[in-house]
Amino acid sequence: MGVLYSSIIRERYRHPRRYGEVSDPDAVFEDVNPLCGDRIRMTFSLTDGLVDDARFTGDSCAICAASADLLAELVTGRKLSEAENVATEDLLRLLEADIRPTRMKCVTLPLHVLKSALAQAGVRA
Amino acid sequence: MMLGKETRGDFPILRRVINGKPLVYLDSAASSQKPRQVIEAISAYYEQSHANVHRSIHTLGEEATARLESARDSVREFIGASHREEIVFTRGTTDAINLVAQAVGRTFKPGDEVIVTEMEHHSNLIPWQMLCRDRGLTLKAVPLVGEGFLDTEAFERLLTLKTRLVALAHVSNVLGTINPVAQIVTRARARGVLTLVDGAQAVPHLPVNVSELGCDFYVFSGHKMLGPTGIGVLYGRREVLEPLEPAWGGGEMIKEVWIDRAQWNDLPWRFEPGTPPIAEAVGLAAAVEYLGKLGMERVAAHERELTRLTLDRLGALDGVTIYGPRNPEIKGAVVAFNVAGLHPHDAAALLDEEGIAVRAGHHCAMPLMRRLGIVGTLRASFSVYNSPDEVEFLADRVATLSSAL
Repeated sequence: MGVLYSSIIRERYRHPRRYGEVSDPDAVFEDVNPLCGDRIRMTFSLTDGLVDDARFTGDSCAICAASADLLAELVTGRKLSEAENVATEDLLRLLEADIRPTRMKCVTLPLHVLKSALAQAGVRA
Repeated sequence: MMLGKETRGDFPILRRVINGKPLVYLDSAASSQKPRQVIEAISAYYEQSHANVHRSIHTLGEEATARLESARDSVREFIGASHREEIVFTRGTTDAINLVAQAVGRTFKPGDEVIVTEMEHHSNLIPWQMLCRDRGLTLKAVPLVGEGFLDTEAFERLLTLKTRLVALAHVSNVLGTINPVAQIVTRARARGVLTLVDGAQAVPHLPVNVSELGCDFYVFSGHKMLGPTGIGVLYGRREVLEPLEPAWGGGEMIKEVWIDRAQWNDLPWRFEPGTPPIAEAVGLAAAVEYLGKLGMERVAAHERELTRLTLDRLGALDGVTIYGPRNPEIKGAVVAFNVAGLHPHDAAALLDEEGIAVRAGHHCAMPLMRRLGIVGTLRASFSVYNSPDEVEFLADRVATLSSAL
Protein backbone atom coordinates (compact mmCIF):
# COMPACT_ATOMS: atom_id res chain seq x y z
CA MET A 1 0.00 0.00 0.00
CA GLY A 2 0.91 3.62 -0.32
CA VAL A 3 2.77 4.22 -3.60
CA LEU A 4 1.34 7.74 -3.45
CA TYR A 5 3.40 8.36 -0.38
CA SER A 6 7.14 8.55 -1.04
CA SER A 7 9.59 7.53 1.66
CA ILE A 8 10.37 11.24 2.00
CA ILE A 9 6.73 12.00 2.86
CA ARG A 10 6.52 9.12 5.34
CA GLU A 11 9.79 10.07 7.02
CA ARG A 12 8.95 13.78 7.28
CA TYR A 13 5.42 13.06 8.52
CA ARG A 14 6.57 10.68 11.24
CA HIS A 15 9.75 12.56 12.17
CA PRO A 16 9.56 16.21 11.13
CA ARG A 17 12.79 18.17 11.55
CA ARG A 18 11.40 21.69 11.68
CA TYR A 19 8.34 21.16 13.88
CA GLY A 20 7.79 23.82 16.56
CA GLU A 21 7.72 27.57 17.07
CA VAL A 22 10.48 30.15 16.64
CA SER A 23 10.70 32.17 19.85
CA ASP A 24 10.00 35.87 19.40
CA PRO A 25 9.27 35.46 15.67
CA ASP A 26 9.61 38.28 13.12
CA ALA A 27 6.99 36.80 10.83
CA VAL A 28 3.99 34.60 11.68
CA PHE A 29 1.08 33.29 9.65
CA GLU A 30 -1.52 30.56 10.00
CA ASP A 31 -4.10 29.35 7.52
CA VAL A 32 -6.46 26.48 6.85
CA ASN A 33 -7.51 24.55 3.80
CA PRO A 34 -11.30 24.61 4.13
CA LEU A 35 -11.60 21.56 1.90
CA CYS A 36 -9.90 19.11 4.25
CA GLY A 37 -9.32 21.09 7.42
CA ASP A 38 -5.51 21.10 7.13
CA ARG A 39 -4.14 23.84 9.40
CA ILE A 40 -0.55 25.10 9.20
CA ARG A 41 1.17 27.79 11.26
CA MET A 42 4.67 28.97 10.40
CA THR A 43 6.98 31.23 12.40
CA PHE A 44 10.18 32.84 11.14
CA SER A 45 13.11 34.70 12.59
CA LEU A 46 14.60 37.12 10.07
CA THR A 47 17.96 38.97 10.26
CA ASP A 48 19.66 41.20 7.73
CA GLY A 49 17.70 39.94 4.76
CA LEU A 50 18.13 36.29 5.73
CA VAL A 51 15.78 33.67 7.12
CA ASP A 52 17.56 32.63 10.32
CA ASP A 53 15.05 30.06 11.41
CA ALA A 54 11.72 28.68 10.20
CA ARG A 55 9.39 26.36 12.09
CA PHE A 56 5.91 24.98 11.57
CA THR A 57 3.10 23.52 13.66
CA GLY A 58 -0.29 22.32 12.58
CA ASP A 59 -2.80 19.63 12.21
CA SER A 60 -2.74 18.22 8.73
CA CYS A 61 -2.41 15.26 6.43
CA ALA A 62 0.97 13.68 5.72
CA ILE A 63 1.50 15.46 2.42
CA CYS A 64 0.84 18.88 3.94
CA ALA A 65 3.03 18.20 6.98
CA ALA A 66 5.89 16.92 4.82
CA SER A 67 5.54 19.92 2.54
CA ALA A 68 5.69 22.31 5.52
CA ASP A 69 8.71 20.53 7.00
CA LEU A 70 10.63 20.54 3.71
CA LEU A 71 9.72 24.17 3.07
CA ALA A 72 10.87 25.31 6.51
CA GLU A 73 14.15 23.49 5.99
CA LEU A 74 14.53 24.82 2.45
CA VAL A 75 14.21 28.50 3.37
CA THR A 76 16.32 28.44 6.52
CA GLY A 77 19.61 30.22 5.86
CA ARG A 78 18.33 31.58 2.55
CA LYS A 79 17.97 35.19 1.44
CA LEU A 80 14.46 36.58 1.83
CA SER A 81 14.28 37.10 -1.93
CA GLU A 82 14.96 33.39 -2.43
CA ALA A 83 12.46 32.37 0.25
CA GLU A 84 9.78 34.49 -1.38
CA ASN A 85 10.41 32.87 -4.74
CA VAL A 86 10.15 29.24 -3.74
CA ALA A 87 7.74 27.63 -6.22
CA THR A 88 5.36 24.71 -5.98
CA GLU A 89 7.64 22.81 -8.37
CA ASP A 90 10.51 23.08 -5.88
CA LEU A 91 8.39 21.38 -3.23
CA LEU A 92 7.09 18.74 -5.63
CA ARG A 93 10.69 17.87 -6.51
CA LEU A 94 11.59 17.49 -2.84
CA LEU A 95 8.48 15.42 -2.03
CA GLU A 96 9.40 12.86 -4.73
CA ALA A 97 5.79 11.74 -4.99
CA ASP A 98 3.07 11.57 -7.58
CA ILE A 99 0.74 14.22 -6.16
CA ARG A 100 -2.76 14.08 -7.59
CA PRO A 101 -4.62 17.29 -8.51
CA THR A 102 -7.03 16.86 -5.56
CA ARG A 103 -4.09 16.84 -3.13
CA MET A 104 -2.14 19.74 -4.67
CA LYS A 105 -3.63 22.14 -2.10
CA CYS A 106 -1.97 20.04 0.60
CA VAL A 107 1.41 20.83 -1.00
CA THR A 108 0.74 24.51 -1.55
CA LEU A 109 -0.83 25.47 1.81
CA PRO A 110 2.57 25.84 3.57
CA LEU A 111 3.87 27.87 0.63
CA HIS A 112 0.87 30.18 0.91
CA VAL A 113 1.49 30.51 4.65
CA LEU A 114 5.17 31.35 4.07
CA LYS A 115 4.40 34.03 1.48
CA SER A 116 1.62 35.54 3.59
CA ALA A 117 3.91 35.64 6.64
CA LEU A 118 6.67 37.43 4.75
CA ALA A 119 4.23 39.83 3.07
CA GLN A 120 2.61 40.65 6.40
CA ALA A 121 5.99 41.27 8.02
CA GLY A 122 6.52 43.92 5.36
CA VAL A 123 9.41 42.12 3.78
CA ARG A 124 10.19 43.10 0.21
CA ALA A 125 12.62 41.20 -1.91
CA MET B 1 -30.25 -14.70 -3.12
CA MET B 2 -28.22 -12.06 -1.31
CA LEU B 3 -29.29 -8.67 -2.57
CA GLY B 4 -25.73 -7.50 -3.25
CA LYS B 5 -25.03 -10.51 -5.50
CA GLU B 6 -28.43 -10.34 -7.19
CA THR B 7 -28.12 -6.70 -8.21
CA ARG B 8 -24.40 -6.32 -8.84
CA GLY B 9 -24.57 -7.34 -12.49
CA ASP B 10 -27.02 -4.51 -13.18
CA PHE B 11 -24.37 -1.89 -12.41
CA PRO B 12 -21.86 -1.69 -15.27
CA ILE B 13 -19.45 0.64 -13.43
CA LEU B 14 -18.87 -1.96 -10.72
CA ARG B 15 -16.83 -3.96 -13.24
CA ARG B 16 -14.19 -1.24 -13.22
CA VAL B 17 -10.68 -1.96 -12.01
CA ILE B 18 -9.14 0.83 -9.88
CA ASN B 19 -5.37 0.89 -9.37
CA GLY B 20 -5.24 -2.72 -10.50
CA LYS B 21 -7.90 -3.83 -7.98
CA PRO B 22 -11.62 -4.51 -8.37
CA LEU B 23 -13.64 -1.44 -7.44
CA VAL B 24 -15.17 -1.60 -3.97
CA TYR B 25 -17.60 1.31 -4.03
CA LEU B 26 -18.49 2.41 -0.50
CA ASP B 27 -19.47 6.02 -1.21
CA SER B 28 -23.14 5.75 -2.10
CA ALA B 29 -24.18 8.35 0.49
CA ALA B 30 -22.32 10.89 -1.65
CA SER B 31 -23.72 9.49 -4.88
CA SER B 32 -24.94 6.04 -5.79
CA GLN B 33 -24.03 4.18 -8.96
CA LYS B 34 -26.65 3.61 -11.67
CA PRO B 35 -28.16 0.35 -12.89
CA ARG B 36 -28.35 -0.45 -16.60
CA GLN B 37 -32.13 0.01 -16.38
CA VAL B 38 -31.70 3.70 -15.51
CA ILE B 39 -28.94 4.34 -18.04
CA GLU B 40 -30.96 2.64 -20.80
CA ALA B 41 -34.16 4.51 -19.94
CA ILE B 42 -32.32 7.82 -20.34
CA SER B 43 -30.69 6.73 -23.62
CA ALA B 44 -34.00 5.43 -24.97
CA TYR B 45 -35.73 8.67 -24.07
CA TYR B 46 -33.12 10.73 -25.93
CA GLU B 47 -33.08 8.35 -28.89
CA GLN B 48 -36.86 8.00 -29.20
CA SER B 49 -38.93 10.63 -27.45
CA HIS B 50 -37.12 13.85 -26.66
CA ALA B 51 -38.75 17.24 -27.22
CA ASN B 52 -39.71 20.08 -24.92
CA VAL B 53 -42.70 19.45 -22.70
CA HIS B 54 -46.18 20.86 -22.05
CA ARG B 55 -46.90 23.13 -25.02
CA SER B 56 -45.42 21.22 -27.93
CA ILE B 57 -48.30 20.31 -30.24
CA HIS B 58 -46.51 17.45 -31.91
CA THR B 59 -46.03 13.77 -31.25
CA LEU B 60 -42.62 13.96 -29.60
CA GLY B 61 -43.69 16.84 -27.38
CA GLU B 62 -46.67 14.83 -26.25
CA GLU B 63 -44.53 11.77 -25.59
CA ALA B 64 -41.99 13.76 -23.60
CA THR B 65 -44.76 15.39 -21.56
CA ALA B 66 -46.34 12.02 -20.87
CA ARG B 67 -42.99 10.61 -19.71
CA LEU B 68 -42.33 13.57 -17.41
CA GLU B 69 -45.77 13.48 -15.86
CA SER B 70 -45.73 9.73 -15.50
CA ALA B 71 -42.41 10.05 -13.63
CA ARG B 72 -44.22 12.38 -11.26
CA ASP B 73 -46.82 9.70 -10.63
CA SER B 74 -44.12 7.08 -9.99
CA VAL B 75 -42.45 9.32 -7.41
CA ARG B 76 -45.77 10.16 -5.77
CA GLU B 77 -46.56 6.51 -5.30
CA PHE B 78 -43.02 5.63 -4.15
CA ILE B 79 -43.08 8.08 -1.23
CA GLY B 80 -46.77 7.72 -0.42
CA ALA B 81 -47.86 11.25 -1.28
CA SER B 82 -51.61 11.73 -1.67
CA HIS B 83 -51.66 13.97 -4.75
CA ARG B 84 -49.51 14.39 -7.84
CA GLU B 85 -49.64 18.20 -7.37
CA GLU B 86 -47.51 17.66 -4.28
CA ILE B 87 -44.50 16.44 -6.29
CA VAL B 88 -42.29 19.26 -7.59
CA PHE B 89 -39.20 18.39 -9.62
CA THR B 90 -36.10 20.37 -8.67
CA ARG B 91 -32.41 20.14 -9.52
CA GLY B 92 -31.71 18.28 -6.29
CA THR B 93 -32.13 18.35 -2.53
CA THR B 94 -30.20 21.61 -2.16
CA ASP B 95 -32.33 23.28 -4.83
CA ALA B 96 -35.52 22.04 -3.17
CA ILE B 97 -34.51 23.43 0.24
CA ASN B 98 -33.59 26.78 -1.28
CA LEU B 99 -36.95 26.79 -3.08
CA VAL B 100 -38.81 26.31 0.19
CA ALA B 101 -36.66 28.90 1.98
CA GLN B 102 -37.49 31.42 -0.76
CA ALA B 103 -41.18 30.65 -1.10
CA VAL B 104 -42.05 30.13 2.56
CA GLY B 105 -39.49 32.62 3.83
CA ARG B 106 -41.42 35.47 2.22
CA THR B 107 -44.25 34.86 4.66
CA PHE B 108 -41.96 35.15 7.73
CA LYS B 109 -41.63 38.37 9.75
CA PRO B 110 -38.56 39.83 11.48
CA GLY B 111 -38.16 38.16 14.86
CA ASP B 112 -39.65 34.87 13.67
CA GLU B 113 -37.59 31.77 14.41
CA VAL B 114 -36.34 28.80 12.40
CA ILE B 115 -35.05 25.64 14.07
CA VAL B 116 -32.42 23.33 12.53
CA THR B 117 -30.23 20.70 14.19
CA GLU B 118 -26.50 20.40 14.91
CA MET B 119 -26.23 17.43 12.55
CA GLU B 120 -27.51 19.11 9.38
CA HIS B 121 -25.72 18.89 6.07
CA HIS B 122 -24.74 22.40 4.93
CA SER B 123 -27.54 22.18 2.35
CA ASN B 124 -30.11 22.20 5.15
CA LEU B 125 -28.32 24.91 7.12
CA ILE B 126 -26.96 27.58 4.78
CA PRO B 127 -30.29 28.35 3.02
CA TRP B 128 -31.84 28.99 6.46
CA GLN B 129 -28.84 31.05 7.58
CA MET B 130 -29.22 33.21 4.47
CA LEU B 131 -32.97 33.55 4.97
CA CYS B 132 -32.54 34.49 8.63
CA ARG B 133 -29.88 37.07 7.75
CA ASP B 134 -31.98 38.61 4.97
CA ARG B 135 -35.26 38.77 6.88
CA GLY B 136 -34.08 39.39 10.43
CA LEU B 137 -35.08 35.96 11.72
CA THR B 138 -33.45 33.97 14.50
CA LEU B 139 -31.85 30.59 13.76
CA LYS B 140 -31.70 27.99 16.52
CA ALA B 141 -30.17 24.51 16.49
CA VAL B 142 -31.30 21.39 18.36
CA PRO B 143 -28.20 20.04 20.18
CA LEU B 144 -27.10 16.40 20.16
CA VAL B 145 -26.80 13.97 23.04
CA GLY B 146 -25.11 10.60 23.54
CA GLU B 147 -23.87 8.86 20.43
CA GLY B 148 -25.41 11.54 18.22
CA PHE B 149 -29.13 11.67 18.91
CA LEU B 150 -31.28 14.78 18.81
CA ASP B 151 -31.97 16.20 22.26
CA THR B 152 -35.75 16.11 21.95
CA GLU B 153 -36.23 17.78 25.34
CA ALA B 154 -34.07 20.67 24.17
CA PHE B 155 -36.17 20.77 21.00
CA GLU B 156 -39.30 21.26 23.09
CA ARG B 157 -37.63 24.18 24.84
CA LEU B 158 -36.53 25.75 21.53
CA LEU B 159 -40.13 25.76 20.23
CA THR B 160 -41.63 29.17 20.98
CA LEU B 161 -44.61 31.20 19.82
CA LYS B 162 -42.26 32.75 17.25
CA THR B 163 -41.10 29.45 15.71
CA ARG B 164 -42.23 29.23 12.09
CA LEU B 165 -40.35 26.27 10.69
CA VAL B 166 -38.31 23.24 11.76
CA ALA B 167 -35.84 21.81 9.22
CA LEU B 168 -34.12 18.51 9.98
CA ALA B 169 -32.50 15.51 8.37
CA HIS B 170 -34.41 12.24 8.32
CA VAL B 171 -31.07 10.37 8.44
CA SER B 172 -27.74 12.05 9.27
CA ASN B 173 -25.23 11.81 6.40
CA VAL B 174 -22.38 11.40 8.90
CA LEU B 175 -23.68 9.77 12.08
CA GLY B 176 -26.33 7.72 10.33
CA THR B 177 -28.76 8.59 13.09
CA ILE B 178 -32.37 8.00 12.07
CA ASN B 179 -34.14 10.95 13.65
CA PRO B 180 -37.57 10.65 15.33
CA VAL B 181 -39.09 12.65 12.50
CA ALA B 182 -42.71 11.62 13.09
CA GLN B 183 -42.49 12.64 16.74
CA ILE B 184 -40.91 16.01 15.93
CA VAL B 185 -43.42 16.68 13.14
CA THR B 186 -46.30 15.94 15.49
CA ARG B 187 -44.94 18.30 18.15
CA ALA B 188 -44.29 21.04 15.58
CA ARG B 189 -47.70 20.72 13.91
CA ALA B 190 -49.44 20.93 17.24
CA ARG B 191 -47.86 24.36 17.57
CA GLY B 192 -48.66 25.43 14.00
CA VAL B 193 -45.00 25.17 13.00
CA LEU B 194 -44.02 24.09 9.47
CA THR B 195 -41.66 21.14 9.02
CA LEU B 196 -39.13 20.35 6.30
CA VAL B 197 -37.48 16.94 6.32
CA ASP B 198 -34.25 16.40 4.37
CA GLY B 199 -34.68 12.85 3.13
CA ALA B 200 -31.57 12.69 0.91
CA GLN B 201 -30.11 9.87 3.05
CA ALA B 202 -33.44 8.19 3.78
CA VAL B 203 -35.40 7.70 0.54
CA PRO B 204 -32.64 5.61 -1.10
CA HIS B 205 -32.39 3.29 1.91
CA LEU B 206 -35.63 3.05 3.92
CA PRO B 207 -39.35 2.78 3.23
CA VAL B 208 -40.60 6.37 3.40
CA ASN B 209 -44.22 7.44 3.52
CA VAL B 210 -44.59 11.21 3.63
CA SER B 211 -48.33 11.07 4.35
CA GLU B 212 -47.71 8.99 7.45
CA LEU B 213 -44.85 11.27 8.55
CA GLY B 214 -47.21 14.22 8.19
CA CYS B 215 -44.45 16.70 7.40
CA ASP B 216 -45.15 19.79 5.29
CA PHE B 217 -42.09 19.42 3.06
CA TYR B 218 -39.91 16.43 2.26
CA VAL B 219 -36.92 16.73 -0.09
CA PHE B 220 -34.49 14.30 -1.71
CA SER B 221 -32.13 13.79 -4.67
CA GLY B 222 -32.26 11.42 -7.64
CA HIS B 223 -28.54 10.70 -7.82
CA LYS B 224 -28.31 9.18 -4.34
CA MET B 225 -31.12 6.69 -5.12
CA LEU B 226 -29.71 5.01 -8.25
CA GLY B 227 -31.09 7.80 -10.46
CA PRO B 228 -29.37 10.51 -12.48
CA THR B 229 -27.74 13.73 -11.27
CA GLY B 230 -29.54 17.02 -11.87
CA ILE B 231 -32.94 16.06 -10.47
CA GLY B 232 -34.44 16.16 -7.03
CA VAL B 233 -37.89 16.17 -5.54
CA LEU B 234 -39.75 18.58 -3.34
CA TYR B 235 -42.82 17.03 -1.77
CA GLY B 236 -45.06 19.73 -0.35
CA ARG B 237 -48.38 19.13 1.38
CA ARG B 238 -51.05 20.51 -0.99
CA GLU B 239 -52.68 22.79 1.58
CA VAL B 240 -49.27 24.30 2.33
CA LEU B 241 -48.12 24.68 -1.29
CA GLU B 242 -51.42 26.06 -2.60
CA PRO B 243 -51.28 29.57 -1.09
CA LEU B 244 -47.54 30.02 -1.71
CA GLU B 245 -46.11 32.43 -4.26
CA PRO B 246 -43.57 30.86 -6.63
CA ALA B 247 -39.93 30.94 -5.60
CA TRP B 248 -38.50 31.65 -9.04
CA GLY B 249 -40.03 33.15 -12.17
CA GLY B 250 -39.87 32.07 -15.81
CA GLY B 251 -41.68 30.10 -18.44
CA GLU B 252 -43.87 27.12 -17.53
CA MET B 253 -44.85 28.50 -14.13
CA ILE B 254 -47.47 30.98 -15.40
CA LYS B 255 -51.00 30.83 -16.83
CA GLU B 256 -51.27 34.26 -18.35
CA VAL B 257 -48.75 37.07 -18.64
CA TRP B 258 -48.98 40.81 -19.22
CA ILE B 259 -46.03 43.20 -19.31
CA ASP B 260 -46.57 44.29 -15.72
CA ARG B 261 -48.07 41.19 -14.11
CA ALA B 262 -48.74 37.46 -14.43
CA GLN B 263 -51.12 34.84 -13.18
CA TRP B 264 -49.40 31.84 -11.63
CA ASN B 265 -49.82 28.32 -12.92
CA ASP B 266 -51.42 25.49 -10.94
CA LEU B 267 -49.48 23.11 -8.72
CA PRO B 268 -46.95 21.66 -9.20
CA TRP B 269 -45.82 23.61 -12.30
CA ARG B 270 -45.96 26.93 -10.43
CA PHE B 271 -42.71 25.86 -8.78
CA GLU B 272 -41.04 24.51 -11.94
CA PRO B 273 -39.94 27.50 -14.05
CA GLY B 274 -38.07 26.82 -17.28
CA THR B 275 -37.61 23.53 -19.08
CA PRO B 276 -37.63 20.79 -16.45
CA PRO B 277 -35.06 17.97 -16.21
CA ILE B 278 -37.07 15.67 -18.50
CA ALA B 279 -34.53 12.94 -19.22
CA GLU B 280 -33.53 13.01 -15.56
CA ALA B 281 -37.16 12.51 -14.55
CA VAL B 282 -37.37 9.52 -16.89
CA GLY B 283 -34.18 8.15 -15.29
CA LEU B 284 -35.53 8.79 -11.81
CA ALA B 285 -38.73 6.92 -12.66
CA ALA B 286 -36.59 3.96 -13.78
CA ALA B 287 -34.67 4.12 -10.48
CA VAL B 288 -37.92 4.21 -8.51
CA GLU B 289 -39.17 1.21 -10.47
CA TYR B 290 -35.89 -0.64 -9.80
CA LEU B 291 -36.01 0.04 -6.05
CA GLY B 292 -39.73 -0.73 -5.98
CA LYS B 293 -39.13 -4.15 -7.50
CA LEU B 294 -36.45 -4.95 -4.92
CA GLY B 295 -38.73 -3.67 -2.17
CA MET B 296 -37.55 -1.01 0.25
CA GLU B 297 -38.04 -3.27 3.29
CA ARG B 298 -35.60 -5.71 1.73
CA VAL B 299 -33.17 -2.92 0.76
CA ALA B 300 -33.26 -1.59 4.32
CA ALA B 301 -32.69 -5.04 5.83
CA HIS B 302 -29.78 -5.73 3.48
CA GLU B 303 -28.07 -2.44 4.24
CA ARG B 304 -28.70 -2.83 7.97
CA GLU B 305 -26.75 -6.12 7.89
CA LEU B 306 -23.87 -4.44 6.06
CA THR B 307 -23.90 -1.63 8.62
CA ARG B 308 -23.98 -4.17 11.47
CA LEU B 309 -21.00 -6.05 10.01
CA THR B 310 -19.07 -2.81 9.50
CA LEU B 311 -19.69 -1.69 13.08
CA ASP B 312 -18.59 -5.12 14.35
CA ARG B 313 -15.47 -5.44 12.20
CA LEU B 314 -14.22 -1.85 12.42
CA GLY B 315 -15.22 -1.63 16.08
CA ALA B 316 -12.94 -4.58 16.85
CA LEU B 317 -9.86 -2.85 15.41
CA ASP B 318 -7.35 -1.06 17.64
CA GLY B 319 -7.09 2.66 16.98
CA VAL B 320 -10.37 2.92 15.08
CA THR B 321 -12.93 5.41 16.41
CA ILE B 322 -16.52 5.11 15.18
CA TYR B 323 -18.89 8.08 15.25
CA GLY B 324 -22.66 7.91 15.60
CA PRO B 325 -25.03 5.28 17.01
CA ARG B 326 -23.58 1.76 17.42
CA ASN B 327 -26.95 0.08 17.06
CA PRO B 328 -27.61 -0.70 13.37
CA GLU B 329 -31.35 -0.96 14.05
CA ILE B 330 -31.53 2.80 14.52
CA LYS B 331 -28.91 3.78 11.97
CA GLY B 332 -28.84 4.49 8.24
CA ALA B 333 -26.39 2.86 5.84
CA VAL B 334 -23.37 4.99 6.79
CA VAL B 335 -20.47 4.42 9.16
CA ALA B 336 -18.12 7.33 9.92
CA PHE B 337 -14.78 6.47 11.50
CA ASN B 338 -11.18 7.55 11.99
CA VAL B 339 -7.89 5.71 12.30
CA ALA B 340 -5.62 6.97 15.09
CA GLY B 341 -2.67 9.01 13.83
CA LEU B 342 -3.96 9.23 10.27
CA HIS B 343 -5.60 12.19 8.60
CA PRO B 344 -8.79 10.95 6.88
CA HIS B 345 -7.51 12.14 3.50
CA ASP B 346 -4.35 10.08 3.83
CA ALA B 347 -6.36 7.05 4.91
CA ALA B 348 -8.78 7.47 1.99
CA ALA B 349 -5.89 7.81 -0.48
CA LEU B 350 -4.32 4.60 0.87
CA LEU B 351 -7.64 2.76 0.62
CA ASP B 352 -8.06 4.02 -2.95
CA GLU B 353 -4.80 2.26 -3.77
CA GLU B 354 -6.68 -0.93 -2.88
CA GLY B 355 -9.63 -0.03 -5.10
CA ILE B 356 -11.79 1.02 -2.14
CA ALA B 357 -13.79 4.24 -2.59
CA VAL B 358 -14.75 5.85 0.73
CA ARG B 359 -15.49 9.47 1.53
CA ALA B 360 -13.09 11.52 3.63
CA GLY B 361 -13.48 14.99 5.05
CA HIS B 362 -16.11 17.04 6.81
CA HIS B 363 -19.01 15.67 4.73
CA CYS B 364 -20.52 19.16 4.42
CA ALA B 365 -21.27 19.12 8.14
CA MET B 366 -18.68 21.48 9.65
CA PRO B 367 -20.71 22.40 12.75
CA LEU B 368 -21.02 18.68 13.53
CA MET B 369 -17.27 18.15 13.01
CA ARG B 370 -16.54 21.05 15.34
CA ARG B 371 -18.84 19.54 17.93
CA LEU B 372 -17.07 16.19 17.62
CA GLY B 373 -13.74 18.03 17.86
CA ILE B 374 -12.33 16.60 14.64
CA VAL B 375 -11.41 17.94 11.19
CA GLY B 376 -13.12 15.12 9.40
CA THR B 377 -13.76 11.40 9.20
CA LEU B 378 -13.68 8.53 6.82
CA ARG B 379 -17.13 7.35 5.83
CA ALA B 380 -18.20 4.03 4.36
CA SER B 381 -21.74 3.99 3.00
CA PHE B 382 -23.78 1.29 1.33
CA SER B 383 -26.34 0.63 -1.32
CA VAL B 384 -28.18 -2.31 -2.82
CA TYR B 385 -25.11 -3.55 -4.74
CA ASN B 386 -22.72 -3.93 -1.81
CA SER B 387 -21.91 -7.25 -0.19
CA PRO B 388 -20.45 -8.50 3.10
CA ASP B 389 -17.24 -9.49 1.23
CA GLU B 390 -16.64 -5.83 0.52
CA VAL B 391 -17.07 -4.92 4.17
CA GLU B 392 -14.62 -7.68 5.15
CA PHE B 393 -12.12 -6.37 2.60
CA LEU B 394 -12.52 -2.82 3.90
CA ALA B 395 -11.94 -3.93 7.48
CA ASP B 396 -8.87 -5.98 6.49
CA ARG B 397 -7.33 -3.01 4.72
CA VAL B 398 -8.23 -0.54 7.49
CA ALA B 399 -6.43 -2.86 9.91
CA THR B 400 -3.17 -2.32 8.01
CA LEU B 401 -3.54 1.46 7.66
CA SER B 402 -1.87 2.66 10.83
CA SER B 403 1.40 1.01 9.78
CA ALA B 404 1.07 2.14 6.16
CA LEU B 405 2.34 5.67 6.66
